[in-house]
Amino acid sequence: MKRAPVYGLMAEFDSPTELVVAARKTYAAGYKRIDAYSPFPVEELAEAIGFDHNGVPFVVLVGGILGCLGGYLMQWWIATVSYPVNVGGRPYHSAPAFIVVTFEMTILCAVLAAVFGMLALNGLPMPYHPVFNVPRFRFATKDRFFLIVFSSDPKYTSTGTHVFLESLSPRSISEVPS
Amino acid sequence: MDRPSEEILPQQPPVIEPGYTFATITDKISSIVLTRPVSNGWLIGFGISFLIVMVFLYAVGYLFVRGVGIWGVNIPVGWGFAIVNFVWWIGIGHAGTLISAILLLLRQAWRNSINRFAEAMTIFAVACAGMFPLLHLGRPWLFYWLFPYPNTMKYWPQFRSPLVWDVFAVSTYATTSLLFWFVGLIPDLATLRDRAENRAAQIVYGILAMGWRGSARHWSRYETAYLLLAGLATPLVLSVHTVVSFDFAIGIVPGWHTTIFPPYFVAGAIYSGFAMVLILAIPIRRFYGLEDFITERHLENSAKVMLATGLIVAYGYGMEAFMGWYSGNRYDSFLLWNRLHGPYHVWYLLLLAANIFIPQVLWIRKLRTNPLALFLISGVILTGMWLERFIIVVVSLHRDFLDSSWGMYYPTRWDWVTYIGTLGFFTACMFLFLRLLPGISIFEMRTLLPEAEVKSR
Repeated sequence: MKRAPVYGLMAEFDSPTELVVAARKTYAAGYKRIDAYSPFPVEELAEAIGFDHNGVPFVVLVGGILGCLGGYLMQWWIATVSYPVNVGGRPYHSAPAFIVVTFEMTILCAVLAAVFGMLALNGLPMPYHPVFNVPRFRFATKDRFFLIVFSSDPKYTSTGTHVFLESLSPRSISEVPS
Repeated sequence: MDRPSEEILPQQPPVIEPGYTFATITDKISSIVLTRPVSNGWLIGFGISFLIVMVFLYAVGYLFVRGVGIWGVNIPVGWGFAIVNFVWWIGIGHAGTLISAILLLLRQAWRNSINRFAEAMTIFAVACAGMFPLLHLGRPWLFYWLFPYPNTMKYWPQFRSPLVWDVFAVSTYATTSLLFWFVGLIPDLATLRDRAENRAAQIVYGILAMGWRGSARHWSRYETAYLLLAGLATPLVLSVHTVVSFDFAIGIVPGWHTTIFPPYFVAGAIYSGFAMVLILAIPIRRFYGLEDFITERHLENSAKVMLATGLIVAYGYGMEAFMGWYSGNRYDSFLLWNRLHGPYHVWYLLLLAANIFIPQVLWIRKLRTNPLALFLISGVILTGMWLERFIIVVVSLHRDFLDSSWGMYYPTRWDWVTYIGTLGFFTACMFLFLRLLPGISIFEMRTLLPEAEVKSR
């Protein structure tokens, strides 16, 4: 697939408040394919760009349930089917003794799901991304706040969107080559 | 991530001194890694720790050649320094998880400046802890037999044994701590990537940051995952020392077979862990000039946690003594007598002094905010907690039910070298960590600034 030569238009702001206000205005103006970048989590930002649901909790829940069932069934199968050891006539299926490992497996699988699920949903690791082509973007991990309108947005036009972003009074506007 | 309600408690010192901006916080913390030249103090400190690591490797090599016979363990005391040190180290790790997970859930924003190195401390402490049971195996290269995996011997672990629970608890804990720490590092690695001048540093930090760009969608998932990890790590950290205490409490040896062990072990773990946090934080803030980020408030809060957990530990000792008397069981009452009057009584009295009596000076506010005094008291507590594990392991085992099987335990020089060797390994890792990674979470410190708050319109 041939990529569009321009990935989007990026506006730079000085504070989280300005960014959130600008993101809300952009979203309200009908731009839906937008994103915002900040050097630390800003709670209001996800909702301002129209991102109100993330799949991480579900992935973690599934991981936890699989770990719990898998952990218990593994012990049950090993202790009763594959390798039954009679210790003083105690039952092979000793449920209370299996709780600890079941618990640890629940936590372990939920943790793995949380970390790798979060990374996968975020599409990381990602060795190349067009936003890094903007030289000023290196301040996105320091003290600057960026808003981008992707060129794939149906409402995007190189001049129209530029004029719109100007109206948000950003510190600078850059075109993002893809 | 969440700001404390500073207005409610105006008399407390701030968690970050005023006058900082996003940029100055970033510069101050990242410069330690990126631009600050290697100081002589660092070189000397790292050099000494590195030498100790070499001595440790020598001791381990000799152990592999000769076997565990070079240690002082024998019947009746088959669990010597290896288990004492294992329990001690893993307990130290607990404070890191407590700070990073439990205090996050409790919205204690002051944790933001100490969680990163406390988590690093956890990982290195768990690494030190994990070495001891493995070295004690006799044939450490077969350690993977501990895990359930299909094998030609048609053998599986015995899941009714607390020692197998311990394998799962400790390996889950190590994995979780490592991942939690790494997830916390990702945004800061991106900061280092964008600020590094040196090409090699850009590449290495770039690979580790995995292309993090701080997108709002990413932050949203990141925050959810981080919070869930904290929620998962909280019961986990409480379970780890509980399971460690099961290693003892499930057995019938006098002094081990008691229901107070799990809570008393967890409290002791946090007690020694905060002592280690202070032992590390006090020199770090001094030598790297981080007094604005790790303020008196942090020292005082840690001291308060030590005081509280120390009292729980004292209650545990009291309850052990009470049950020894109240149970009417002759072996339990003998254990109490043996602790106070037996061959190891000096160590028991030192333990009471170090863990119960000396730390009571922390009731004095002046001492809670005096770095030197805190440093010394933390050292005393760490020693005391090590003695506690020694007393639990050795005094219970050396005189059990039959006096015909009584004996003494004397650690050999190899026991000491291995123990001190892990201390060297731990400090060497901390020295490397401070030079190579941001010792304070940069992005979480940014959220502490007033301008990080979005003013609603």
